[in-house]
Amino acid sequence: MARLFAYIVHKDGMADDSARELPIAARKIDPEHPCTAIVTGWGADLDKVCDSLRPAYGEIWKIAREALAYPNAELVRQALLNVLPARSILLVPHAHFGVDLSPGLSIRMNAAYVPDVLEIEGVDGTWLRLVRQEFGGQISVHMRCDIATGAVLNIRPGAFRAAEGPSAEGQVVDRSTESGTLAARRTYLETIEAQKGDVDITREPVLVSIGRGIGEQENVAIAEDLAEAMGGAVSCSRPVVDARWMDKSRQVGSSGQTVRPKVYLACGISGSFQHLAGVKGTPFLVAINKNPKAPIFRVADVGIIDDLLEFLPAMTGRVRQEKCVAGKEIHRP
Amino acid sequence: MEILVCVKRVPDIAENEIQIDAAGTDIEREDLVYSVNEPDNYAVEEALQMVEREGGSVTVVTVGGEDDEEVLRREMAMGVGHGVLLSDDRFGDLDGRGCATVLKAFVQKGRYDLVLTGVQAEDGCAQVGGMLAALLDYPFASLVTSIELLEGGKLKIGREIEGGSREISAIELPCVLSIQTGINEPRYVGMRGIRQVASVPIPRFGAADLAIDTEMLQARVRRVDYFVPPAGHGAEILQGSREEKVEQLVELLKTKGGLN
Amino acid sequence: MGDHIESIAQASYWLVRGRDLFLFLYLLGLASFAFIVTRRLAPLLAARSDPRFDRPLVRLGRVLQYWLAQWRHPRYRFAGLLHLLVFAGFLILASRAFALLGLGISDRFASFGATGWYGSVRAYAATAVFLCMVVAAIRRLAFRPRRYPRSADSILLLGLIAILMAADGVFESSELSPPSLPANSLSWLLRAALGSMPPAILVKLHLTSYLAHSVTFFILLCYRPFGIQFHVETSLFAIYFAKLERGTVKPVAWGVPDAELDKLKSFGVKHFSDFTWKHILDFYTCADCGRCAEQCPAATVGRPLAPRDLSIRARDYVFRSYPVFGPSRDGLPVIGGLFSEDEVWSCTTCGACEAECPLLVEYIDKIVDLRRGLVDDGKIPQSLHKPLKALESRGNPFGKPEKKRADWTQGTAEIVNGASDIGTLYFVDSITSYDDRIQNIGRATARVLRAIEGTPAILGARERDSGHDVRRFGEEMLFQALRDHNSEAIRASGARRIVTADPHAFNALRHDYRDMPPVEHISQTAARAVRTGQLRWNPVESGVYAYHDPCYLGRHNGVYEDPRDVLDSIPGLRRVEMKRCRDRSFCCGGGGLALFYEPREQERMGVRRVRMAAEAGATVLVTACPFCMVNIEDAIKVAGLEGQMSAIDLAELVDRQMAN
Repeated sequence: MARLFAYIVHKDGMADDSARELPIAARKIDPEHPCTAIVTGWGADLDKVCDSLRPAYGEIWKIAREALAYPNAELVRQALLNVLPARSILLVPHAHFGVDLSPGLSIRMNAAYVPDVLEIEGVDGTWLRLVRQEFGGQISVHMRCDIATGAVLNIRPGAFRAAEGPSAEGQVVDRSTESGTLAARRTYLETIEAQKGDVDITREPVLVSIGRGIGEQENVAIAEDLAEAMGGAVSCSRPVVDARWMDKSRQVGSSGQTVRPKVYLACGISGSFQHLAGVKGTPFLVAINKNPKAPIFRVADVGIIDDLLEFLPAMTGRVRQEKCVAGKEIHRP
Repeated sequence: MEILVCVKRVPDIAENEIQIDAAGTDIEREDLVYSVNEPDNYAVEEALQMVEREGGSVTVVTVGGEDDEEVLRREMAMGVGHGVLLSDDRFGDLDGRGCATVLKAFVQKGRYDLVLTGVQAEDGCAQVGGMLAALLDYPFASLVTSIELLEGGKLKIGREIEGGSREISAIELPCVLSIQTGINEPRYVGMRGIRQVASVPIPRFGAADLAIDTEMLQARVRRVDYFVPPAGHGAEILQGSREEKVEQLVELLKTKGGLN
Repeated sequence: MGDHIESIAQASYWLVRGRDLFLFLYLLGLASFAFIVTRRLAPLLAARSDPRFDRPLVRLGRVLQYWLAQWRHPRYRFAGLLHLLVFAGFLILASRAFALLGLGISDRFASFGATGWYGSVRAYAATAVFLCMVVAAIRRLAFRPRRYPRSADSILLLGLIAILMAADGVFESSELSPPSLPANSLSWLLRAALGSMPPAILVKLHLTSYLAHSVTFFILLCYRPFGIQFHVETSLFAIYFAKLERGTVKPVAWGVPDAELDKLKSFGVKHFSDFTWKHILDFYTCADCGRCAEQCPAATVGRPLAPRDLSIRARDYVFRSYPVFGPSRDGLPVIGGLFSEDEVWSCTTCGACEAECPLLVEYIDKIVDLRRGLVDDGKIPQSLHKPLKALESRGNPFGKPEKKRADWTQGTAEIVNGASDIGTLYFVDSITSYDDRIQNIGRATARVLRAIEGTPAILGARERDSGHDVRRFGEEMLFQALRDHNSEAIRASGARRIVTADPHAFNALRHDYRDMPPVEHISQTAARAVRTGQLRWNPVESGVYAYHDPCYLGRHNGVYEDPRDVLDSIPGLRRVEMKRCRDRSFCCGGGGLALFYEPREQERMGVRRVRMAAEAGATVLVTACPFCMVNIEDAIKVAGLEGQMSAIDLAELVDRQMAN
């Protein structure tokens, strides 16, 4: 069995949650040999990350290059190609960086590539059996992939829950000198941060989140009423921002904000992985959707099959009553 | 600027209910409507706008069969100058690498300054763009949400990253970019436009016309079957009338600290 | 000037003989007018064709009704009365004016119209016109009705007409040996004032007022084609050539059959000369009275659209690009330069403007042509892309599968199987087939039809959207594809009659489709069943009901009474009428693709409408259109009237109350 590696995504000295999930996935491929972490970066932040990985990985390969201070996939690819042994199997989290890095890397490595892996079922000879989804999560697919010449596997974040596994005593190995010349025809210039809107949804304990099912701009007020009654805020999924019904700062998802509320009401949201990737922790997840087959019902705690345009106002009315009974004043607009 | 956009004909996710067929291994394909992959359409619109500003022409290409011509024509109705179909029996069961190989052979037949793809298709793989770039040894960027032409054969691009922020980079031409939805507002193509290109000839290229390393067409990644996972523990679906459901939910929320 | 004046023609005006002076003046004036009119005709000649020369007798009849009898004017009582008096006055005074002018050249006109019954009539007419000018001026300056634009132009014109009347009056009253004047007329009053003046002054007044009259006459004549007063000349033609059919939309290009449309280089109006000559005549004819804007629901709720603004801006553009003096230059793109895209998409095609305009100016065809131009260039609002794409691939704007189109029936209707020979076809259309709430209307309609004539037949999966609003949103070719498909399916079914509960489908089948069997709306079917005693009722217990006239049932198709007859026949049903009803009904917000368009507005049309119902004291709003139902139920929530008002479709009400 070829050697397994896990690429660690990190920011500001902190490793991404996926760093703890990838070893779980790796164990499904090769239960015998633990996978090696491979981290690129520069300076104190990189060192901090490597340190934090010690409990989870037996060996941590560090590639410290000034050129890699910002994770430019074009440069990282070259470094990995120079450092990774032939026929390696590399696990990468499937997100913005992974999508940028992995397809090209797999070609250069002459390895197979499977993106957005949900489950790993096992190995038969040189064929790895996995599960993916297609059509926006509507259907699952059994796949098999020939790993004879290696593989790059992008793993869906959150698909392999980090358990309290056996603790490791990781050794950091510096492989920076092997990373070779790094020259790319794509240069990083700057990052334009998303503007914080009037509401910081990342701090809200209660979120009423709306999706395409809200129908039109004017109906957003229905969600706002409920959020106000519950003492929370309104967030949304991507289609709502694309339609310009809400500001980008309200978007929850892999290309939006990451939130950790106590309660998350997903109203008219189908439950695509990109959206749910932005909901972290273990909130009480309530799904309200007209379509009983919506994927969100698979991950929600409680489901309500109803038209959100009818259900939400009913909730708002009832919640307001609650506050009345509790003796709080209601200020009617 | 000569721009090539790789497009794909896919079952329209919004307008289809995807279900398993009677045999239990494939999806039910009988009643599907197909259209051009949405991110690909954004890529074509971006290309058209660039060419309207800078001059040049846009070509769309797809790998497939006769059925796939309709998406080429639709993009041509949008204003694209040329449509090309890459078709051959040997292109039957390609994986991402195989598809990128065929496209690479076509790119090398011409001289394109810029190659665009949509960020991902219905299979959610998001791979052909990056693979194509590696095969061509062109620089690559994914999830592109803005493009600006710079002096000296470069582009200034914005990429979508976490938290809604944008990563700005400079990239040298020729390059490959995968385009994210929302980069622009694609123009509408009416029936009239489509009818007007209905009989425009679309050149076809097969394996013999393209210099292809046939070993690369061997799929290393294959689908075994489609399935619907067992429901397992999903959500507890509340029952009863709307008022009853509201009551139950309010009670649950109280225990979970959802009512401040 | 001499002491005694027997004739103007012979009098001397500063060394020039009257006859020579006025002959010169009249020839100059007429030549100028002819020149101006010729220049004004130029853009019409450059415009697209428009066949309006058919059915001359019908057209003449409409001239008598709308031009001569001023049929539309009294819809605004006071202004209507003023205009009627002025118009009548102008007609009566026409011969007087010419006679008066004639006097400047020859004495033979002297006795014309001076005495007798005509003399009295015209004297009072002139008096009335003069008074109307004063009242109108006061109205505009002091009371300022909102629909009138502030323009010095109008006051100037009122003034000039007043001067014309006054000059005539002075002329008449200053005659040395005058005939007796009708009592209390303007001239009579002036004579009373001037009577004691010395003859020399009177003579001067006589000559001066005559000159003033002639000069003012020609100033008015030549000034009119430069502003809204051009309608004095053009209104006769505009009304003659006005559109005869209701509810239709003009073809993409007259004279080009559907099969040859692919050959056209472009669709719709992109440049000004893409308008037809009748449209340009309309721009000339708009009198800027503002009645259309006041009735227009889009203007009322703050959308960037007011019909008369379209006409006036277009007219100003014509005046600028085809000036009377100077070369023509027409280059501005219509959308972007003259009209904004928002304006063009804001229209719901309700027809209130066309129903109100006293000059029968047309708007819907122009809006549709403008939209055709935008669609041709790919510029439609993003929110319409998905429904249009879905209409193309699935035959309904929701993107739902065709095979589920008949799932709503639950046994209430049967699907036509293959070629057959059914009597009546129930054409359901998309929203009733697929929307959860509106499916209730479908089932209610089917049950009503079953009670009256037996289980209805529907096309089921072979039915496509009627395409009614696809056409009115400018996507003509998609509409034709839908129309052709449906027509084929309807013919194959052998249906001899079609019934529908959807006024948009009703209008499409009646006016947009060709060679269809007769079409009826369910309200008409029900009304007939009431008259023949087929429908019997359980009484209604409570509620105050108001009927909302759907635009495409009422205004566009004239069905006002049948729904009311049905309601009034139900015992216990208390009905009130909203102030804006029948052809003044206020659009609910629009149907078809309008449900997907996101306008810029201050308030929703539906909200306005439910408030009107509340004002009328209604607790139940009855409508007969599924789109009205969607908009009104939504509006009841947004307006916060839940619990105080509810909405019900006519078919649902019949279904609920029928005792069969």
